[in-house]
Amino acid sequence: MSGPAAGYNFGYLDEQTKRMIRRAILKAVAIPGYQVPFGSREMPLPYGWGTGGIQVTASIIGEDDVLKVIDQGSDDTTNAINIRRFFQRVTGVTTTTLTGEATIIQTRHRIPETPLHEGQILVYQVPIPEPLRWLEARESETRRMHALAEYGVMRVKLYEDIARFGHIATTYDYPVVVNNRYLMRPSPIPKFDNPKMHRNPALQLFGAGREKRIYAVPPYTDVVSLDFEDHPFEVQRWDATCSLCGSADSFLDEVIVDDAGGRMFVCSDSEYCQRQREAIS
Amino acid sequence: MKPLLRVAELGKRFGARTAVADVGFDLYAGEVLGIVGESGSGKTTLLRMLSGQLTPDQGRVEFTARDGEQLDLYALPEFRRRLLMRTDWGYVHQQARDGLRLAVSAGANIGERLMAQGDRHYGRIRDEAIDWLQRVEMPAERIDEAPTTFSGGMQQRLQIARNLVTRPRLVFMDEPTASLDVSVQARLLDLLRQLVAELQLAVVLVTHDLAVARLLAHRLLVMKDGRVVEAGLTDQVLDDPQHPYSQLLVSSVLQA
Repeated sequence: MSGPAAGYNFGYLDEQTKRMIRRAILKAVAIPGYQVPFGSREMPLPYGWGTGGIQVTASIIGEDDVLKVIDQGSDDTTNAINIRRFFQRVTGVTTTTLTGEATIIQTRHRIPETPLHEGQILVYQVPIPEPLRWLEARESETRRMHALAEYGVMRVKLYEDIARFGHIATTYDYPVVVNNRYLMRPSPIPKFDNPKMHRNPALQLFGAGREKRIYAVPPYTDVVSLDFEDHPFEVQRWDATCSLCGSADSFLDEVIVDDAGGRMFVCSDSEYCQRQREAIS
Repeated sequence: MKPLLRVAELGKRFGARTAVADVGFDLYAGEVLGIVGESGSGKTTLLRMLSGQLTPDQGRVEFTARDGEQLDLYALPEFRRRLLMRTDWGYVHQQARDGLRLAVSAGANIGERLMAQGDRHYGRIRDEAIDWLQRVEMPAERIDEAPTTFSGGMQQRLQIARNLVTRPRLVFMDEPTASLDVSVQARLLDLLRQLVAELQLAVVLVTHDLAVARLLAHRLLVMKDGRVVEAGLTDQVLDDPQHPYSQLLVSSVLQA
């Protein structure tokens, strides 16, 4: 593979910045679920497009890594393509769409359907890292609540869901407790993906660029979704199967196909769908 | 019997100004202590120190826990103090909006303390919320409505229910009826009196309204310029005030 573009340091960030971010990552791995502040840098894309994830990836990527980037499960949407091409230019590493072959997977809002294995790193782009923000606006107070593990009030939101809709209607960014200690926002992944975080053999890193926080779930760490005894945590189910590959156990997107109300359900994970189809034919 | 709350030589300065100086009293279970005085006399500062929200410069606040242990409030680890505040204590704000979560339903407001204590059963939390709505004489069918849709009096009832749901033994009240009109005030006072008797609550009640003090409080402290100038049984203080300031205060009330 060709080397990085001239004039750029490997991975875009300078070495001191990478060291600073790596220190934050090491601390985050040492305290699963704890939000570590770091000196977030300006990146050549707007806040909200993955500046946190891109900084984490830039500081951990090496010449031998194989990178996969997904956006809502798909390898071929704007955000995914741009970030993938960015890293191709500033590192020259091999990129792939195959989940099994990637060593680093940067993701926006999904965990791939193909189970991850040891040695892989999943990097999440996080818009709002603080799970208690909805209940408490003061940062000083939320930090104290984390320090004292005062998480009981988090269920107020779930209570409100049940009172209003009859079931827990939160479907994404569903709060979890990591390693039986820290309350964590898993970034806006669907709650369908929450069980995949539990005891996952891959390392999971979370970067929030605008909010300047990094947190992590080390391999094989307990990740438990909040619930009530009489309203246990459940993931979404569909009546349909994927119109393209027929998969009955993947996360499905509903796609409007014409102006007459026609619609189809397809796998959100485009790579998984492709491989399912190849396996059938 | 040990006092529930024991306060000694409590003092607070803000810069060169003395806000509260040398306040001391004992409060027993089931007793309502009124603190009266004009604006700026240090009532609210005193209440905030008693309720663990403001660290005093001098003196001690001791609370007797359920197991009889004597706890020095400001020597306790922070998590113990915060635990006390959301279990054994209640705090009723003058403005219900300060004490409520306005974005969530009445039921969630009442259930919050239960959930903070670790109750993870939705049905049980909801039953308890309905029970408490009825006890503060609110219609149970409004459990899923937001507090912003309630009248001022109902918001105040909701705030009381939200505090009492964990069966606290000590409740701090900062002018609980001041923002309500008189007929609503009367009904709320009635309710408070009944709840205090029924639950054997100890209450520290801050008010500038002597009528409220007479109705609710067993004992009174009269404060002026951060000091207690007179203390005694409510009837005694109001009917036969000894200190010139207490006399002024009592004679300032308009007779309807």
